[in-house]
Amino acid sequence: MTKSLKWRGLLVLCCLLLALVSLAPTFMPGALPGWWLKAFDPIHLGLDLQGGMHLVLGVDVDKAVESRLDTVVDQTESLMREKDIIFKRVERQPGERVVVTVYDEEAGAQVDALMKENFPNLEAETFPAAGGYVQKNYRLSDNEIANIQDYAIRQALETLRNRIDQFGVSEPTLQLQSGNRILIQLPGVKDPDRAISLLGKTALLEFKMVAENADPQEAIKGNLQPGTQLLYQRQVNPQTGAVTETPIVVQSKTVLTGDLLENAVANFDRSNFKNSLVSIQFSSVGAKRFDQVTAANVGKRMAIVLDDTVYSAPVIRERISGGSAQISGSFTAQEAQDLAIVLRAGSLPAPVKILEDRTVGPSLGRDSINQGMLSVLIGFLLVVLAMVAYYRLSGLVADIALVLNLVFIMALLSLLQATLTLPGIAGIVLTVGMAVDANVLIFERIREELRIGKSVRNAIESGYGKAFLTIVDANVTTLIAALVLFQFGTGPVKGFAVTLSIGILASMFTAIFVTRMIYEYFLERRQLKRLSI
Amino acid sequence: MQLIKPDINIDFVGRRKLAVIVSVVIILIGLASLIVKGGPDYGIDFAGGTLVQVKFETATTPGDIKQALTDLNLGGLLVQTFGDDANEFLIRAQATSDELKGLGNQVGKALDAVYGAGKSEIRRVEMVGPQVGKDLREKGFKAILFAMIAILIYVTLRFEFRFAVGAIIALVHDVLITLGVFSVFGREIDLPVIAAFLAIIGYSLNDTIIVYDRIRENMGKYAKDGFAAIINRSVNETLSRTILTSGTTLLVVASLFVFGGGVIHNFALALLVGVIVGTYSSIFVASPLLIFWEDYKRNRRSSAPAKGGA
Repeated sequence: MTKSLKWRGLLVLCCLLLALVSLAPTFMPGALPGWWLKAFDPIHLGLDLQGGMHLVLGVDVDKAVESRLDTVVDQTESLMREKDIIFKRVERQPGERVVVTVYDEEAGAQVDALMKENFPNLEAETFPAAGGYVQKNYRLSDNEIANIQDYAIRQALETLRNRIDQFGVSEPTLQLQSGNRILIQLPGVKDPDRAISLLGKTALLEFKMVAENADPQEAIKGNLQPGTQLLYQRQVNPQTGAVTETPIVVQSKTVLTGDLLENAVANFDRSNFKNSLVSIQFSSVGAKRFDQVTAANVGKRMAIVLDDTVYSAPVIRERISGGSAQISGSFTAQEAQDLAIVLRAGSLPAPVKILEDRTVGPSLGRDSINQGMLSVLIGFLLVVLAMVAYYRLSGLVADIALVLNLVFIMALLSLLQATLTLPGIAGIVLTVGMAVDANVLIFERIREELRIGKSVRNAIESGYGKAFLTIVDANVTTLIAALVLFQFGTGPVKGFAVTLSIGILASMFTAIFVTRMIYEYFLERRQLKRLSI
Repeated sequence: MQLIKPDINIDFVGRRKLAVIVSVVIILIGLASLIVKGGPDYGIDFAGGTLVQVKFETATTPGDIKQALTDLNLGGLLVQTFGDDANEFLIRAQATSDELKGLGNQVGKALDAVYGAGKSEIRRVEMVGPQVGKDLREKGFKAILFAMIAILIYVTLRFEFRFAVGAIIALVHDVLITLGVFSVFGREIDLPVIAAFLAIIGYSLNDTIIVYDRIRENMGKYAKDGFAAIINRSVNETLSRTILTSGTTLLVVASLFVFGGGVIHNFALALLVGVIVGTYSSIFVASPLLIFWEDYKRNRRSSAPAKGGA
């Protein structure tokens, strides 16, 4: 055997060995020692095959900007009261503006000074006075708006990550995408609806005093006193499970928010074990505020508001100093648990919307794997038979290359830690059909050369030589299409691009390099006079 | 075994006008269908909407399912059987519920109320918002466009510009026909189908390039025979390979179509149609196009001096 042939044989053998070693964890994870499993990951399955959830959430960043401006409005009001500046009103207006209306220029100048000192990020704009009043406009700079939006997105990502971590999903993916979107992938998630409600909750917890003298029925008709708002209290009948919503009027001003929470735990109601509740513990700052608020409002009702729904509105019987409180509101045990999770993980800085949701149940994933594998197997067998029927022993050589090709594709998937998806399996099927093309091209060439009377050795040599560039040209174009697909595709479709590209590369190796090696081996050993082709 | 005799000499080039007529007629039928239907039937990937795949324990009908879901007031409700299993259905609706309450959940509850709890299993839920749908649509068409441009550049570099033009026209031809077939048979275009289109582009080009390679080789050897004869000879010489490779590829794609399951049925169909059309186009369209191009150039060349003299 010539030296070159030996080396080539060794190379192929090494590749095959590495491939088998890397594939072992995928096909027989039970029979391997721990270090082996640690060194080589099994082939990673996409959500469409293992089941799971793919979510794209859109963060409503405009809301984050609005709520920042609302805070500015609140703070401005109290600052002006402190400084005894007489004003008509402060409000947020479209165009990211806070508008302060005062009665004269002197007050206007005072407002300017106050705003400049406390909110240096706001740009003052002067508008002509309307109806005898002086109107002062303060606008968020574009830069500042971008900052707020950016912060909201990052904060949302962080909060969602916290929630998912506590939800307990193995290998979740969270990714920031362009256009204020967050991609979340939860493989193997058992209860998709629960995941959605957990991720989608803004979880803004607020404590507001109930406006005792306001009539909810009047409020429904639209007669709200200034500084109050109409909310609904959610109550669940423990016997029937029916949900009722009663209107309740509260003071708009928030006395305390969930930001100041230190912990939240799901618990049972001591007096009625059927009812779950959530115990919350304020941080030291929160505890002090809670202490002040309760001390000042003994005998009044305080509404516990989560995402604009009142869960309970207990009467404050006495000053509460320890900083612990309970949210009751006829939850189920799971609801209480999920509420505790979202409270611990913190509220989202802006509401999120589901823009895309793809959930595949585990049973469908299993079916897809089985059907995909079946079609690979049948397609493979058909091609193997066709090649043997058409090219006899040479067909067999091509079939050996095809088997190696399949092994190498799988091994590369595992080594590159690429994700196998259902279209990815289709890509493997397609590769099986197209991989023999290289051999068909070579064999047809060899047949032509034999027909014009060349010896077997010469025919094989020029067959490979002439077909080589053609094969490269043909494969490069398919590779171009696959790479473009990889750039633009998402999820399952990307998996198709991956297997197609890997398949093309692997097939070049097996269909050209390996088959030629086999021919040369036989040419040397057997002094072939005739070629079975 | 030999399916194609080595000395075969079919006059493909002589039938190029017939081929043009056949192609144009098929493309026109597809385009007519597209125009009548107001565009391709986009799946929810591109149109936005909700799709719920449900498997029932007992036999039921699309009509019954629709009835069970009337209370949900879903816009554009469509129920069809899925795959070979008679008890499995796809429920499609235009409504997307970005209110964070999974529509799958609501459908599940409505079905439980009618069929009884646990009698149906929701196997898949896909909800795509209109904005995401629009983005995906743009991405998909950009992908096809960029693939074609990249290929145009590669073929121009490796061959000549006229070959690249021929190859691209053949590709557009293949994609248009596949698109037309999908429209005529009311199949939906979704993301995997776009992926299939790109695979078709790659495959069809593969075929075309192999013929072109032979043309280039033969142009040196048989220069005196004339361009048309060279092309015809090249197509014939590669015919055996074309038929065999297309055959094996068709075998696997058919296997995918039959055994691959309902989730990738449309994907496999696009590949099936694409492989057939791609093979046809590399024999009858891509190579004869070179002759049309040659004729056109010759006419211009001969008419140009006449103009110059006048």
